[in-house]
Amino acid sequence: MSTSPDSLTHHPEPGAGQIRKGLTLSSLNWLGVAPFFLFALLFLILPTATLMIGAFQDADGHFTLGNIARLFDDSILSAYWISFEVSAASALGGTLIGLALALAAIQGGLPQWIRPTLMTFSGVASNFAGIPLSFAFLSTLGRMGLVTVLLRNYADFDLYGSGFSILSFLGLTLTYLYFQIPLMVLIVTPAIDGLRAEWREACESLGGNSVAYWWHIALPILWPSIMGSALLLFANAFGAVATAYALTGSSLNIVPILLYAQIRGDVLHDQNLGYALALGMIVVTGLSNAGYIWLRSRAERGRE
Amino acid sequence: MAYLTINNLHKRFDDHVVVHDFNMSIEQGEFVTFLGPSGCGKTTVLRMIAGFETPTSGRICVGGEDITQQAAQKRGIGMVFQSYALFPNMNVTQNIGFGLKMRKCPADDIKRKVAEVIKLVELTGKENHYPHELSGGQRQRVALARALVVEPRILLLDEPLSALDARIRKNLREQIRDIQRRLGLTTIFVTHDQEEALTMSDRIFVMNQGRVEQEGRAEIVYTEPATEFVARFMGNYNLLGAADTNRLLGLNISGHLAIRPESIHVLDGHSQQDGTLAGTIRQHQLLGNIIRYQIESAGITLQVDRLNRTASDLMPAGTEVRLQISRDDMREVR
Amino acid sequence: MKSTSRLGAWVAIAIGTLYFVLPLIATFEFSLKMNRDGYSFEAYKVVLADPGFQATFGYSTLMAVLTIIVGILLVVPTAYWIQLKLPRLRPLVEFITLLPLVIPAIVIVFGYLKLYNSSSWLPLTGNERATDLLLMCSYVTLALPYLYRSVDAGLRAIDVRTLTEAAESLGASWPSILLQVIFPNVKSAILSGAFLTFAVVIGEFTMASLLGRPAFGPYLQLIGANRAYEPSALAIIAFMVTWASMGLIQVFARNARPARKTA
Ligand SMILES: Nc1ncnc2c1ncn2[C@@H]1O[C@H](COP(=O)(O)OP(=O)(O)OP(=O)(O)O)[C@@H](O)[C@H]1O
Ligand SMILES: [Mg+2]
Repeated sequence: MSTSPDSLTHHPEPGAGQIRKGLTLSSLNWLGVAPFFLFALLFLILPTATLMIGAFQDADGHFTLGNIARLFDDSILSAYWISFEVSAASALGGTLIGLALALAAIQGGLPQWIRPTLMTFSGVASNFAGIPLSFAFLSTLGRMGLVTVLLRNYADFDLYGSGFSILSFLGLTLTYLYFQIPLMVLIVTPAIDGLRAEWREACESLGGNSVAYWWHIALPILWPSIMGSALLLFANAFGAVATAYALTGSSLNIVPILLYAQIRGDVLHDQNLGYALALGMIVVTGLSNAGYIWLRSRAERGRE
Repeated sequence: MAYLTINNLHKRFDDHVVVHDFNMSIEQGEFVTFLGPSGCGKTTVLRMIAGFETPTSGRICVGGEDITQQAAQKRGIGMVFQSYALFPNMNVTQNIGFGLKMRKCPADDIKRKVAEVIKLVELTGKENHYPHELSGGQRQRVALARALVVEPRILLLDEPLSALDARIRKNLREQIRDIQRRLGLTTIFVTHDQEEALTMSDRIFVMNQGRVEQEGRAEIVYTEPATEFVARFMGNYNLLGAADTNRLLGLNISGHLAIRPESIHVLDGHSQQDGTLAGTIRQHQLLGNIIRYQIESAGITLQVDRLNRTASDLMPAGTEVRLQISRDDMREVR
Repeated sequence: MKSTSRLGAWVAIAIGTLYFVLPLIATFEFSLKMNRDGYSFEAYKVVLADPGFQATFGYSTLMAVLTIIVGILLVVPTAYWIQLKLPRLRPLVEFITLLPLVIPAIVIVFGYLKLYNSSSWLPLTGNERATDLLLMCSYVTLALPYLYRSVDAGLRAIDVRTLTEAAESLGASWPSILLQVIFPNVKSAILSGAFLTFAVVIGEFTMASLLGRPAFGPYLQLIGANRAYEPSALAIIAFMVTWASMGLIQVFARNARPARKTA
């Protein structure tokens, strides 16, 4: 496209027009994003904020730290503790196994088709959480589950007799791993792709074997990503309600289920304590997410 | 006997032959260059020497020992990568000391040797910087120091300067050559820049499509190209086919005739000297201290370089001139 | 050395496959056992014929579609505007869109119940239509991280500013710039986000259950608590729906590549 001199003369006073346009635009600019901020305020920020405030009020609306203090009651503290254990165990397991799978698919020298297959499957499985997942695990490891029955009939091993239960800590962790592992695969893959072949070759030419490569170079480079992913997985498990509820009903005393029951009016009968429970959850997931973001920015900064 | 010898090296990727029957031998302490266009297989040969790639067939020997099947980490061959390949999680000192650590050097020795080499490549003051805190030239010197400090038997440099700007390039070029001489390192340097090859090397291997087109001392390869490809690649040779050669000069040849632009003398148009050709100036380009003319003679355009001494020397387009070409300056190439 | 690490890789993939495929096989096998005298699709017939299934699945599908429409209308102009006019706000908007990953869904819905209860200034939980609206908004919130990120990435891949200026200089109005220039270029990014949203919303339990709406998630829970074989059939159906959504994302992601080159 050419801007010939006479095309300019068709616009009288271009300067003045631009100034007027600029003025109206700057207020219009804010209008352009107003719906988004209004939505976020109404459906994300205000609801959360009102809970946080409620956590510091008694039933009459006066300021109190009593609700927060009651979080440290034995029964509630133990709920937090079990939640913490399940989340930590599933995050740890998910991180290690997910990392191993991603490494195997990307760097293991396997056939080409393995990687896209794993990625697609991970996309599906990481979203296959909640109630259907609990059904699947009941059909697998429940009292009448396929694996339970096969073990009893063919290996002469009584899974439930050995103390296992799908409703237990171990059962819940195994179930959570079903979406935690694929989530790990999805978030750690870009970091593994960032490992450059020349680093390994440089290490080899300097006399390092592959143990040295993993120990001194690859793992330190991946470390922030791995830790960050683990924190994200932790937060992911900590906030999950549906899987645990469908699997165990109210029988397992973890925070999200406690809160669910509280909201449904089954227990506690103390709104403000419920707000404190919610606040506690936000603090835990917020801290682990903040850790994730911090570690991720560190991982990015280290790139050449 | 030569220090590094390569015999009948072949490399095939799938059904695509990348290196054909590659042969070379270099002496201890020699600095040789692989020069060739992009994709001609320079990196592939280098990677086979370093041990990152297994040859399809052929033999690589260092100091009389066959290393073709040896693992890369046992070869003691240092490599500087085009993209530096510094470890991003280690600072300058740790990067440089890595190879010594792998060789289980005592910590004191590592410290001393690293300090020495840091001084050698002039990185004093940057010891604790991480790669992302260094400039391109500094990173390249860390990469060089990292390869040097383990005292490799052979140093391989794969286009180490191509990512840098012209001034730093020239500087580092001299620095590398200087260090190489001082340490007496056997070195192979890869480049596709003929100027770089000419200024640095003891010997040049000109490569094309996975083969060595010509090898020899820098000045020989430049003044006496053996093939048409080398003549085109090394300078701005005028290349005439058999028919053109016959028409212009009355000579019968089978391949091509190569004539360097600076070896054609331009005489006054009225000159009646024997053996000169009539020509007309078509265009000129100023190349600093040289003026390059396009001169037409017998329907053939020749490039002719003259020194740019004073502005009044410049001959405008259309000027009739006579050209003199000495028989010694014509080279018949394949 | 290399062959041992390849063996290790095969072992890892094999164990992973076993862990992920076994529950699916078990569920499928269980879902076929409703008839005493052998395998049959009886459970599926019963489920699909159940009016409760049809009603709740229809309700959740409608919710998902509405969520996607509202989500796109909210996210696309915002992401576009941020790139074009207000790049300074990008970190803030990104932060907000990531909040739903930090604040658990159960906390958000608890906040709704406190803020919008029938005696509040905006009693959205007061009647059914308003509660449907609230549920849809909660789903938009859930979808925000996925939608925003895929749309933003799509917009970054094309040069939004130049495209807009080119359209402006050709005399296009704002609506036609958005609809005819920007939208077609980020269509596949939007569709990817949309299918992901669908997968997330269709079986969502917490919000629907606590807002008391007859969605597919609470229905699943109810069946799970009261029936034996139907839950397995439902799990298989849900898995297929998720798989179809992800499959469609792959299809559109693949189609996006050549389009991006010519853009
Ligand atoms: N791993 C590989 N698989 C298949 N083909 C390869 C591989 N590595 C290199 N090639 C091919 O081998 C040929 C030579 O590549 P090589 O990297 O040696 O070229 P080069 O001379 O170093 O070029 P440049 O100057 O661009 O670096 C190229 O055609 C390249 O496509
Ligand atoms: Mg190369």
